[in-house]
Amino acid sequence: MRHDEAIPVEVAAVEQVTPLVKQFTLRRVDGGPFPPFSGGCHVVVVMHGRGRTFRNPYSLLGSPRNVDCYQIAVRRHDAGRGGSRFMHDEVRVGTRLEVGHPVNLFPLAKLARKHVFVAGGVGITPILAMVDDLRSTSAPWELHYRVRGPEHDHFGRKLRDENGNRVHLYYGSHGQTLDLGRIVANQPLGTHIYTCGAEQMVAAVAQAAKAAGWTDSHVHCERFVAPPIGDPFDVHLARSGVTVHIPSERSLLEAIEAVGVDAPYLCRGGVCGQCETEVLELEGVLVHNDHWLSDEERAAAKKIMPCVSRARCTRLVLDR
Amino acid sequence: MAIAFKPDETFRDDFTYRNSPQAIGRFPFPFVADTFMYSVNIEPHVPGEKESCFEFPLDVDEHYVAECRERAFCLATTPDRFLALPHMMPAQWDALELIASSLSRDYPQHFCLERRGTRWRWTNRPLGLEDEFTFGDPATLACEPLEYITRQAQGDFCLLDQRDGNLWLDAGMATSQADWSLNFDLGMNFVEWHGPVPLAAELGVFDRALKFLMNLQIGHPVRRLNWTMTIHPRLDTSPEQSPHWAPDRGAVTPANAGDLVHLRVELQALWRLPRSNAILFSIRCYLISMNELVTVPKWGRRTHRVLKSLHPALLDYKGLVRYRDTLVDWLAGFDDGTPTTPGTGPE
Repeated sequence: MRHDEAIPVEVAAVEQVTPLVKQFTLRRVDGGPFPPFSGGCHVVVVMHGRGRTFRNPYSLLGSPRNVDCYQIAVRRHDAGRGGSRFMHDEVRVGTRLEVGHPVNLFPLAKLARKHVFVAGGVGITPILAMVDDLRSTSAPWELHYRVRGPEHDHFGRKLRDENGNRVHLYYGSHGQTLDLGRIVANQPLGTHIYTCGAEQMVAAVAQAAKAAGWTDSHVHCERFVAPPIGDPFDVHLARSGVTVHIPSERSLLEAIEAVGVDAPYLCRGGVCGQCETEVLELEGVLVHNDHWLSDEERAAAKKIMPCVSRARCTRLVLDR
Repeated sequence: MAIAFKPDETFRDDFTYRNSPQAIGRFPFPFVADTFMYSVNIEPHVPGEKESCFEFPLDVDEHYVAECRERAFCLATTPDRFLALPHMMPAQWDALELIASSLSRDYPQHFCLERRGTRWRWTNRPLGLEDEFTFGDPATLACEPLEYITRQAQGDFCLLDQRDGNLWLDAGMATSQADWSLNFDLGMNFVEWHGPVPLAAELGVFDRALKFLMNLQIGHPVRRLNWTMTIHPRLDTSPEQSPHWAPDRGAVTPANAGDLVHLRVELQALWRLPRSNAILFSIRCYLISMNELVTVPKWGRRTHRVLKSLHPALLDYKGLVRYRDTLVDWLAGFDDGTPTTPGTGPE
């Protein structure tokens, strides 16, 4: 996304849907329709805080057939970098924000004979729109959704009301656990499985599918990571000729943007590869947090994904 | 301003296709230097100069009506020119929307799209069509949506599905293609359908291009130019029809080279489609005879130098081997050895 092409929006509704999650309905300031999108899309939401701009990716959870508004859900992370706290504490009806164009890094497999979704917590959001897209097909689907307890189950109940016994709900507080081995067993040929949730859940689904003999091409996951907090460090941007300080609670990409250097990005979560940047000099180690670079590339320490990765170093020079 | 169409031009048999001086002036001359080699020459498909073929996302020119008639003839005689796998129906509707809304926005004197919810009315004045249909319901059109709209557009169109870290050619309309077969390539992925191209894979061009295209974004189309040469202004150089056109390569003489040999330039553009997450790949073919080309002195000089120095593998792949020497000799008469200026425009 280029910064000059963000769409100005106004918050039309805010709803506290679970103790941790607020849902926001966004309308264009110019009153027009949003770009159409497909289930699984995210948009980057630009929030102008006091002295600081946050850009966080959120899945579009509304129906792709209705583009009069966009809807997102934001889970509050008190220990995060501040974007979700800003959305929860500062944003109300009428607040102006900006959104980028939708990007789909978690699409439905169009050739699937059946779709199985496994989600945890706020990881349900992309699946809400994917399930809506499936209305126009005859492909069967099922959802296994785990939350901490009934008070966290706003979206699960909504989906079960609309779709009945395709939706299976699991409450941690009731001791209900996902039996992944059973879920992946005996699925018909041509089934695709999709997971979105905590890293352990994504990994567990991949492991269960592999153990049951699934091919990798039929296993999909949304594994955006929020940029982790880490040690502060300095980076020199060789092409721009500036040195930037990266505080603990700010990502390398955010700090680069804050000094006015335009850097490419799409997902801001370490999966798309768009922000890949060449490391020219390094005294110390890179802390890779992405899902893009191969093990060989990580070991070579010649590339870094500034949206989520950091460094523990006394000197770092990037080709930016 | 209304375009003065030339509805009776032909691209076969008597080959009456010609470019007006205006059409020559807006021809997308592809050579940026006096030598040519493959590169990832992808740039944003943003509006170019007024009246140029880059002014609008989809260019309509004086050949529009004749090209649509040529397409209809190809479809009537060889129906496998339009093919679509079943999972591409949402992408077909995306493509219809993109093409119809572009044409009506950029050429309102010729096309009109009225939308009332999902009930759409499409008016095509040059072809004398007026149709109403329900967006998303294939039963309301006489043929599938991509076939419907590309029967009314210049250039070939492919729909690429994105899955398994690759792009798959799963639907298309091709009647003006440079020796590739939709029927043969349908269902292939990006690496497979580029298999016959020499040298580029070794240069890493395809790996970089695929990675780039997988991240193509809604609202940010890209374009590139590609080129080859064709004998006669023949749009339909499909492999299935090669008995009708391949022998022409032996007919080039010093006396007829200026008339017979045409530079064939493809303006290729790629769009991310919003509802299907597929990619629309348009391949618009522009033809210019050598006689027309050398009316721009810089283009004559540069084309002479490019052909003279072209890598043997490219000569072979582009099918130029039989007449290259004759053509280079003919073009030498238009190259006085003076340097060419940067860029592709006239001096």
